[in-house]
Amino acid sequence: MSASGAALSVDLHLPLPQFQLACSFRAEGEVVVLFGASGAGKTSVLDCIAGFRAPQSGQIALGGRTLFSSDRGVNIPVRQRHVGYLSQHPALFPHLSVRQNVEYGLLDLPRTERDARVDSILERFGVAALAASRPAAISGGEQQRVALARTLVCEPELLLLDEPLAALDLRLKSLLLEALFEWQRERAIPLLYVTHEQEEAYSLSRRVLVIEMGRVVADGEPHQVFQAPFSRARAALSGYENLLDAVVEETHSALGTMTCRVAGSSLLLESPLANKAEGEAACLALRAGDILVATSRPSGISARNILSGRIRLIEDRAGMVELRVGCAAGDGPETEFCVHITRGALQNLDLRPEQTVWLVVKTHSIQFLRN
Amino acid sequence: MISPLLLSLKLALVTASLLFVLGLPMAWWLAFTRFRLRFLVESVLALPIVLPPTVLGFYLLLEFGSRGWLGASWERFTGHTLAFSFEGLVLGSVIYSLPFAVQPFTAALASVDRRLLASSASLGASSWRTFWRITFPIAFPGIVTGFALSFAHTLGEFGVVLMLGGNIAGRTQTASIAIYDNVQMLDYQAAGRQSITLLAISFALLVAINGLNRKRNWRLQ
Repeated sequence: MSASGAALSVDLHLPLPQFQLACSFRAEGEVVVLFGASGAGKTSVLDCIAGFRAPQSGQIALGGRTLFSSDRGVNIPVRQRHVGYLSQHPALFPHLSVRQNVEYGLLDLPRTERDARVDSILERFGVAALAASRPAAISGGEQQRVALARTLVCEPELLLLDEPLAALDLRLKSLLLEALFEWQRERAIPLLYVTHEQEEAYSLSRRVLVIEMGRVVADGEPHQVFQAPFSRARAALSGYENLLDAVVEETHSALGTMTCRVAGSSLLLESPLANKAEGEAACLALRAGDILVATSRPSGISARNILSGRIRLIEDRAGMVELRVGCAAGDGPETEFCVHITRGALQNLDLRPEQTVWLVVKTHSIQFLRN
Repeated sequence: MISPLLLSLKLALVTASLLFVLGLPMAWWLAFTRFRLRFLVESVLALPIVLPPTVLGFYLLLEFGSRGWLGASWERFTGHTLAFSFEGLVLGSVIYSLPFAVQPFTAALASVDRRLLASSASLGASSWRTFWRITFPIAFPGIVTGFALSFAHTLGEFGVVLMLGGNIAGRTQTASIAIYDNVQMLDYQAAGRQSITLLAISFALLVAINGLNRKRNWRLQ
């Protein structure tokens, strides 16, 4: 069963209402995460590969087979592509039992072989006991497991998963993912997994394609692609709560740092050196969780940015506390920072609104966004 | 000689069956086409709902008669006219009851979740298999409704039959025309018997359909 899977190569162009989809990538027998905001074009990419919509131009090939080629006028129908597709909606056939759903893709096989394959996949995904039930009679998690079994039992040469587990709780999700990835490893087929959650992207795969406005803007290991300069839209998506417009004041090539001034203020921040000239505008991103709070001015500390400010707002969120801290240099206008701390820290420091605090930011916590 | 009531039932059954065979592909096309002038086609198909039966009957009579293209061709092949024959009644009824079959069929087919159809295709099923195994069974209640409505509508048809079939006992005299005849001849007893029978059949039909759909919906939930 451990035959080496076929490689997928994609090069597609399709005008969408908001932008032009122009994606090009290859995937071997590996798990590749397509990461991007809602509306970035991820689902359209999957739809083109699955055959639900035709690109305006381009090529899609799976192993030796051409699935789509505008040059050669090839557009293989969905049913002949041998591509498994699963979205957040399980789309089980409501009038058929679980067993009938799962065997639907195998109707052309002889009875005995069909039964053997269906039995084994139902067993593997832990839904054998539900075989006689109708979809309406089982839970959402069970429905999704049945849908996955129904897709996999056909032995597709490529799997497309569009946020398939978004509706499930964490425990169920990890169980299902484990079963899914084990299955993928045995066959070594390409698996494209669409998500808009960065945490998920980190945990799923060693390869992430970042899609923005219909283009692949980064391709690599999660820590590489998530640390490269990126757009404002993705910064907000990836949990960079603080986005600041700034101007480069001074560059220190020898130290590998720069001094940036927050636009419209005289607040200075030290950031990593970026490919920018003095006087050039830059957009800085900073995670709320990467900022430390101190109730007295810290000394003897390696962090280069120590800003004094006043707490403007304390808000208890699920599992953590969000602070809004206004910082200013001298009498200049305030710049508000969003800071996340734990409830324990809040109690320990006994923080109150209007209290003066110091924010501590490491140089390398500051990221540059693409202008 | 066939009684008016049996003739009506036969006409209704043949018409509804023909409409099932012809109407289903039409409904499928209407439900899934992206043709821009679809609304025009729909309007033409819905005409029999708003036209007075006598108007429709008048045009059909012209066309079915010996001078009509269809009537003349029919005569050449079969040796008898299309008007004033059972076949003529069937053809007229099919046109007259068409929207009563096609509209419920279309609504039922269009309401099937497209994601199910996409799943079916990605599991390797042809359009044919997808239709018979997924679309048709899920749309089944609406299709039964269309069948029953066209059956009941044909059963109660009066104007078109009168214009097309005349009133030939044993050949084209349907129950609704026989009732009218009996009333004209002041035979209220016979008219009453026939009326109550038609009423009972129509009511039983509606009860059966609604009961069937209810049971099915309950099973799918």
